Amino acid sequence: MATDETKVGEWPLWEVFTQPPGGRPHEHAGSVHAPDAEIALQNARDAYTRRGEAVSVWVVPTARITASTPSDAGPFFDPGNDKAYRHPQFYKTPRGVKVF
Amino acid sequence: MDKVGVTTLPEDDPALVAEFDARIARGESIEPKDWMPEKYRHQLIRMMSQHAHSEVVGMLPEGNWITRAPSLRRKMSLLAKVQDEAGHGLYIYCGTETLGIDRAELLEQYLYGTAKYSSIFNYPTLTWADMGVIGWLVDGAAIVNQTMLARASYGPYARAMVRICKEENFHKRQGYELCATLARGTPGQKAMLQNAVDRWWWPSLMMFGPHDKDSPNSGDLLKWRVKQKGNDELRQRFVNLTLPQAEAIGVTVPDPDLKFDEASGNWLIGPIDWSEFYQVIKGNGPCNRERLTARRKAHEEGRWVREAAAAHAAKHEPAAESAA
Repeated sequence: MATDETKVGEWPLWEVFTQPPGGRPHEHAGSVHAPDAEIALQNARDAYTRRGEAVSVWVVPTARITASTPSDAGPFFDPGNDKAYRHPQFYKTPRGVKVF
Repeated sequence: MDKVGVTTLPEDDPALVAEFDARIARGESIEPKDWMPEKYRHQLIRMMSQHAHSEVVGMLPEGNWITRAPSLRRKMSLLAKVQDEAGHGLYIYCGTETLGIDRAELLEQYLYGTAKYSSIFNYPTLTWADMGVIGWLVDGAAIVNQTMLARASYGPYARAMVRICKEENFHKRQGYELCATLARGTPGQKAMLQNAVDRWWWPSLMMFGPHDKDSPNSGDLLKWRVKQKGNDELRQRFVNLTLPQAEAIGVTVPDPDLKFDEASGNWLIGPIDWSEFYQVIKGNGPCNRERLTARRKAHEEGRWVREAAAAHAAKHEPAAESAA
């Protein structure tokens, strides 16, 4: 039965990021299980780039990613949320200036 | 801060439930680490894992014909399609794991437990025409369903569906092209095609699930915006899309009661034999045992490869172990 194996030997999880052609940044595509980085890269290629979707792939052990938490999202992002003056719409242009 | 993939769940608190319902009402995307009701989590694990298992088991009926494809072109298409099904299973397993259940447990439920998969894959693929009809009808039905699910409230599920929908159109087109080719062929090929349509039509309609009034999970899934449409509406959409395609290649569907309703613009189908549907779900379909046996065999015969890869990794890259 599979039970014995699953307890001891599940391959670690890796997050996969792919970069589409055309100079756009890498974007999260999904995840794969793999025993090491080399196989993670190959699995990521087979699972997420079967149709020329990517010119580059990153794989990162899921456990190594540090992320913000939803419960702290309010205070954590607050410094950037209350500064309307960082947006161009905050500023007025004189009447008559149609194109700016 | 905490680690991605590790989820701790508080008890369902009415205030949190109210906030969750409000987020659903505002059309927000629910993400893995967001608070969610236990029932939402469990329904999603059930639905998404069934979906993933279905993609994987779906490789078997078509894999059956790879070595017998009549041309290299058809063989390449079929190989690519079967490989896609494996990929689709992986996308959805990866999404399901974000709900706090691991892959090994999902596989365990599928191979040795009571997890279900779509009943359609318990029917045999008797002739080459079945390869065309599966792409056209079975994948066609799946597209109708998955296009809706691409707007599901759970972000990882919706994103997996977007990816799948892009690829699924190839499946349907190659199937329909195959059907159209047989339809222009010899009398024997035409008869083979019609026979395949006769066998797959009703099981394809059953893929949308029971009528809404008899569907135990539909209410919650609609309320939580996992689904936006009921089973009957989706089935009707599929029927309306498909019948003109059948007519265009000169095949008929096995429904003596079928009629067009001018008022609604819908094709109205006759009654569905749900006793067959429930028999197949219970495990008494033509291929239930064969499918599960084949999956267990593949999993068990692949064990030495998984063990060897893990041993190689432990020897050469001990860091990967501690990263787990």
